[in-house]
Amino acid sequence: MTRVRATVLAFLFSLGSACAQSPAPPGALSCSGCHGAAGLEIPSLSGLSADEIAEAMGAFKSGARPATLMNRLAKGFNEAETRAISQWLASQRTAP
Amino acid sequence: MSRASRRSVLSGGAATLALSLAAPRAVGQARPKAVVIGGGFGGATCARYLNRMGVAVTLVEPNTTYVACPYSNLVIHGSRDLAAQQFGYEALKREGIVIAPEMAAGVDADARLVRLASGATLPYDRPVLSPGLDIRFDALPGYDEAAAQIMPHAWKAGPQTLLLRSQLGALRDGGVVVMSVPANPYRCPPGPYERASLIAHYLKTHKPKSKLIVLDAKDAFSKQKLFQTAWEELYPGILEWVALGAGGKTTEVSVKEMTVATEFDRHKADVANIIPPQQAGRIAMAAGVADKSGWCPIDPLTFESKLRPRMHVIGDAAIAGAMPKSAFAANAQAKVCASAVALLLRGEAPASPKLLNTCYSIVAPAYGISVAGVYHPAGGVLADVEGAGGVSTLGASREIRAREAAYADSWFKTIAAEVFG
Repeated sequence: MTRVRATVLAFLFSLGSACAQSPAPPGALSCSGCHGAAGLEIPSLSGLSADEIAEAMGAFKSGARPATLMNRLAKGFNEAETRAISQWLASQRTAP
Repeated sequence: MSRASRRSVLSGGAATLALSLAAPRAVGQARPKAVVIGGGFGGATCARYLNRMGVAVTLVEPNTTYVACPYSNLVIHGSRDLAAQQFGYEALKREGIVIAPEMAAGVDADARLVRLASGATLPYDRPVLSPGLDIRFDALPGYDEAAAQIMPHAWKAGPQTLLLRSQLGALRDGGVVVMSVPANPYRCPPGPYERASLIAHYLKTHKPKSKLIVLDAKDAFSKQKLFQTAWEELYPGILEWVALGAGGKTTEVSVKEMTVATEFDRHKADVANIIPPQQAGRIAMAAGVADKSGWCPIDPLTFESKLRPRMHVIGDAAIAGAMPKSAFAANAQAKVCASAVALLLRGEAPASPKLLNTCYSIVAPAYGISVAGVYHPAGGVLADVEGAGGVSTLGASREIRAREAAYADSWFKTIAAEVFG
């Protein structure tokens, strides 16, 4: 029975990691339309931590960080949504 | 996780139990099948995301080269080569997406298959239609396919873009260019005004005695104050915009006389750029997903057709509420739609999404302006998220405008890489 439980747990865990990429929180899938490879005028998000992304979004939203456009987009998300997007983006290191 | 390693996890005696408890039905079964119709910003994006989500994808697209519309006004302006707008499907093929290189002729909802022009059929579990638009050659008296060879629309990038560019190149100094702009809805709401700006810039630079008359079937348009402020500053005496209320609506054209008629006037043109009314691409009519308006009503959560269950419609063809018909919007919708389709194929319900749009317009070299929006399902449509979005600041410095022009360039490179690269 122990062996069965361990195997089931291992399987469920592996499913979790296999599916880690699929459930993108609301809004997150749009970001890659502008934020791509490094070296372009619009900064890449690759390598940024969730905290760094969330902090930037908060500063864009409040106006503390000057922006041409991100201020207008950041206002479309509450703190929990911003946090979820930031965490998802930070977990997508190998994604395009 | 690879299939082999999943098998090794399951190799114990609990395999059957684990499968019955939690395993997806996909293990040991054929992957679910999606057919995506149309290989533009919407369709190509959707095909790639579905493929990455474990769905077997066939992309129906007759052209081997896609010609992108965003930035094609710079080709007309003479500052960009059409080659920079052209993309192929090699990267999609390398990822395992099958390309059916022909037109889709119909979708059989009962048999769940897409019929191709050759008569071949493609079975599907879910189809996604991203057919873009067709020019309505029946909507404006005097303007048919033959007329478009004399008065180009250039609203589908490619030979039409080059035709308009060469006509402007051949224009005498002191000539008159007439643009005709349709009523909403149409592809790329600020596109005609970006084009007017860049044609005016070309005339000012190379043929300063010439004039551009913009005849509009609307009284208001996207980024209007930003455009008009820039026009007053940059193109006084060259660009004249005629609103609907001032008699701007085009009622008839004559390629023989080279005239564009409105309710009040008849304008003689040396070059005429007629942007005619549009509708969803033909396959949308054949599949029964377009309504009387010529566009396709959709469920804002999943982009599933409101007229044909199980069929999804994205991009310019869809009635996406407050979201404009833009390449950015098509790309954003494609990703949300792919997620929804992948979940629905597993029997799961997608959560309510949020989507973004950003559209840059180039008013002159190193002078960019933008409009942005955040959207969510509300009241059965995609509505603006209140308090978000809007246009560039009126009265911003030329340095800011230059930065937005650079961002536009960056955006195009990134989205092109995400969709085709």
